[in-house]
Amino acid sequence: MIRKMLCGAGALGASLVAATAAFAQDAAGAVPAVANPGNNAWMMTATVLVLLMILPGLALFYGGLTRSKNMIATMTQIGSVAALAMLVWVMWGYGLAFGPEGNQYISWGKFFLSGITPDSTAATFTDEVISEYVFVSFQMTFAAITIALVLGSVVERMKFSAVLVFALVWLTIVYFPIAHMVWEARGVFFVMGALDFAGGTVVHINAGVSALVAALILGKRRGYPHEPMPPHSLTLTMVGTGLLWVGWFGFNAGSALEANGSAALALINTFVATASAALFWMLAERVSGHKPSALGFCSGVIAGLVAITPAAGNAGPLGAIVLGALASVVCFFAVSKLKPKLGYDDSLDAFGIHGIGGIVGAVGTGIVFSPAFGGPGGDDFEIGAQLVTQVSAVLATIAISAIGTTVAIYVAKALTGLRVSHEVEVEGLDIGEHGERAYN
Amino acid sequence: MKFIIAIIKPFKLDEVREALGAIGVAGMTVSEVKGFGRQKGQTEIYRGAEYSTNMLPKVKIEVAASDALAAQVVETIQQTASTDSIGDGKIFVFDLASTTRIRTGETGDNAL
Repeated sequence: MIRKMLCGAGALGASLVAATAAFAQDAAGAVPAVANPGNNAWMMTATVLVLLMILPGLALFYGGLTRSKNMIATMTQIGSVAALAMLVWVMWGYGLAFGPEGNQYISWGKFFLSGITPDSTAATFTDEVISEYVFVSFQMTFAAITIALVLGSVVERMKFSAVLVFALVWLTIVYFPIAHMVWEARGVFFVMGALDFAGGTVVHINAGVSALVAALILGKRRGYPHEPMPPHSLTLTMVGTGLLWVGWFGFNAGSALEANGSAALALINTFVATASAALFWMLAERVSGHKPSALGFCSGVIAGLVAITPAAGNAGPLGAIVLGALASVVCFFAVSKLKPKLGYDDSLDAFGIHGIGGIVGAVGTGIVFSPAFGGPGGDDFEIGAQLVTQVSAVLATIAISAIGTTVAIYVAKALTGLRVSHEVEVEGLDIGEHGERAYN
Repeated sequence: MKFIIAIIKPFKLDEVREALGAIGVAGMTVSEVKGFGRQKGQTEIYRGAEYSTNMLPKVKIEVAASDALAAQVVETIQQTASTDSIGDGKIFVFDLASTTRIRTGETGDNAL
């Protein structure tokens, strides 16, 4: 069923299949019954690499950027929502995103992974298969990291209980539907032909926009922006950055679902786009009259990784370098000029880097996919038409994220009160919410 | 006896310590402090958020000296720690009422 639809789309369809991430396994005659051990091994590795991105990658990256009195809280919130996401994924998330029955917006079935055994397989983009448990696990880490990213804008002032309730609702009404729409074969954006290799829309624009909406509803931190709140440990942030970059190879190259040429392309792009972005952020700092900074390097790295995410297997290396540089410079201005001007407290720049970088990457993918820029697209690829598709997917993602996040925040507010008290916020969430100090 | 407190730039500590040792100062207490005078702080920038730090890191040296040595201590510190720029620091001299060596119980100049 799925396979026929793709073959019918012709050459463009084949490249679209190669460009987007997985869809649910369907019983078809040509599928081999046993997973290729090489592909399975790579995908298991990739899955674990994405976990590394969350713990300790993101935990340290975000943790180092907050004040020391909130270090424990930041790391614990990230770890806990990731763990919650894992459980929710196997209970109903996988079914809603990749279930066997469904429509353009959502799917269902295989709740609590019913019917899946160690012998079950999931299709890749060729005639190969991988173990379905591996596919479930791989996608599970994506759900876990996306919700963890959202927390970047609301650190230092949100109750732990509120974070957990928010995560539960948000995953269900925002993440699972968008993952389905972009990555499952029936999904509306998948059918439209939107290119999103590893989650520019599903993960980054989604998390970034949600983070912004959450930050706006939650309100600014006490004392922001007048009181100095510098990062308490750029050392740890740098450690986190390294772990994120290394782990991202699992995120991007793993989205090929096989250890093949597409994964190899994602591999090299994840090197060069990131390197380009890191240096260009520091260059932008210099050109703005400031010293090139360590935080600038780290931010550039992340901006590049975010931008290359939708384009990892959808661009040539030179296109990747340009995309990384462009996203980095745009994010630099979003973070250092736009944010102070508009005055919102997106504390760790989840929107500024993941949201904006994701938008640049997602739209840019429509351009760098073209063979004119060294991309893997076919000769009949039309940039204009693809850009319309990309922009539509981006706009729809923004809308769903914004609306869903609003609902999720208000549910969390109704059940938990949402924000910590004045006293706890000043004393620090480590003591107030967790009864611990990060440093003794 | 006199008690001398000097606030100096951190990178001058080794030089001052050696110079004081050369004139017969047997011990001192050193601490890392923050402060400002006419020297303004520096600006730190984190992703576009600019902070001016009013406090600068300095080193505080505390020395107890006999009346005979005190003037020389002040002069030695001033000459060694000076860089002819704003922020070099200050030296304060207090009258010291008594000094006791804990190990032996000696007091006065014998305890210095």
